[in-house]
Amino acid sequence: MSRARHALAGFLLAVGGPAAAAGLASHEAVGFAGRLLATGGASSIEGSAGGGLVPWAVIAGYGAAGQWGGAAFATHVDSGDYTLASHGVALGWNNRLEVGVARQHFGLPRLADALGLPVRSFRQDIVHAKLRLAGDLVYTPLPQLSLGVQHKRHRDFLVPALVGARDDDGTDLYLAASKLFLDGPGGRQLLLNGVLRHSRAHQTGLLGFGGESQLLGEVSAAVLLDPRWAVGIEYRQKPDALDFAREDDWRSAFVAWFPDKRVAVVAAWADLGSIATLPGQEAWYVSIQFSR
Amino acid sequence: MSRSSSAARVAAALLAVLLAACASTAPAPTLYQRLGGQAGIDALALDLLERSAADPRIRGDFAEADIVNLHERLVEQLCALSGGPCTYRGRDMRAAHLGLGITEADFNALVENLLDAMRARGLPVATQNELLALLAPMQREIVQP
Repeated sequence: MSRARHALAGFLLAVGGPAAAAGLASHEAVGFAGRLLATGGASSIEGSAGGGLVPWAVIAGYGAAGQWGGAAFATHVDSGDYTLASHGVALGWNNRLEVGVARQHFGLPRLADALGLPVRSFRQDIVHAKLRLAGDLVYTPLPQLSLGVQHKRHRDFLVPALVGARDDDGTDLYLAASKLFLDGPGGRQLLLNGVLRHSRAHQTGLLGFGGESQLLGEVSAAVLLDPRWAVGIEYRQKPDALDFAREDDWRSAFVAWFPDKRVAVVAAWADLGSIATLPGQEAWYVSIQFSR
Repeated sequence: MSRSSSAARVAAALLAVLLAACASTAPAPTLYQRLGGQAGIDALALDLLERSAADPRIRGDFAEADIVNLHERLVEQLCALSGGPCTYRGRDMRAAHLGLGITEADFNALVENLLDAMRARGLPVATQNELLALLAPMQREIVQP
């Protein structure tokens, strides 16, 4: 360490001014100081911060202690027989509480044509909240643990009622545990997430609600190839409580790009199994999120 | 030549190659070495401090700091943590940051500057992550609850 470089550091501190400093501040360093890149996750199809199919314990956006953050998203899923368009906003406060709303449009063109249904799509509204109970995704040895709720209301209930759904609304409760291992296998950061969900939703509520409440497991695993790129998989257990058609567990593989804290893009392939009598639904998935 | 003796010769040759490979394999470099040893850590610490002192989000935290001493302590600590021949002689992290009011966001800004500094020095992602994992537990001692 040379005296000259000490002097340089001292000069920078003494000046502390934008003129001397601007050249050294990196692109990312300028602007919002919150949580680390990608630690707000993406937006799940139901709007809760997480992966694509599964919520994570993280709070939406990049707000740290004492700060607000948030995310707005639009997601499109298409299996050929069905489409799902979902969009919404979520706010995060104090890295503690998340609240949000989302609307889903579930398109069923093939069934609508085949059966002469009076509608070609269903809408579902979701109000959701998540409270971080303990831990920190990055900095504590124990995972970040959060309790979440998703209240869903089906807005085009005629057809779901005809096929046996009892209720047009329902509330899912879930407990999520998420942990980022900074020094994971292969020297890459590894995120593991597990969820226990209490639900009586048919196809996440898109076909209504009813039957016995069930306890369902969901898992996510993602590897950060570098700070901006992640690849991962998710699995979501589903109930199978409608008599007219089988319901299968969902699974997906995704790639996510976080160019900075304002934008995230997720592309995925999902195996959704059998949906409303049409088997083998494989879908592509793309989602964009704006956040701070 | 019998089949068995030619097999034995092949086995002996293979064994010799394997032994040679073992003998020539240096022990895996320590994190200290992969960070560039004393010179690399010195430069990394300076880069981190320069970026942070210039960072409008957290430069206030450094306004009163003795930068020379801070740099020396930081080098000692990174050297000791990464398996280098150093002893950290500063105060423990909690005592050193008590009353400074370092927030969660301040700490994360510093981590982002460290990431930028490591990337600027061309350190592989695996090396960056190994150092991050060693530093992460300090967050709870540095950030004021």
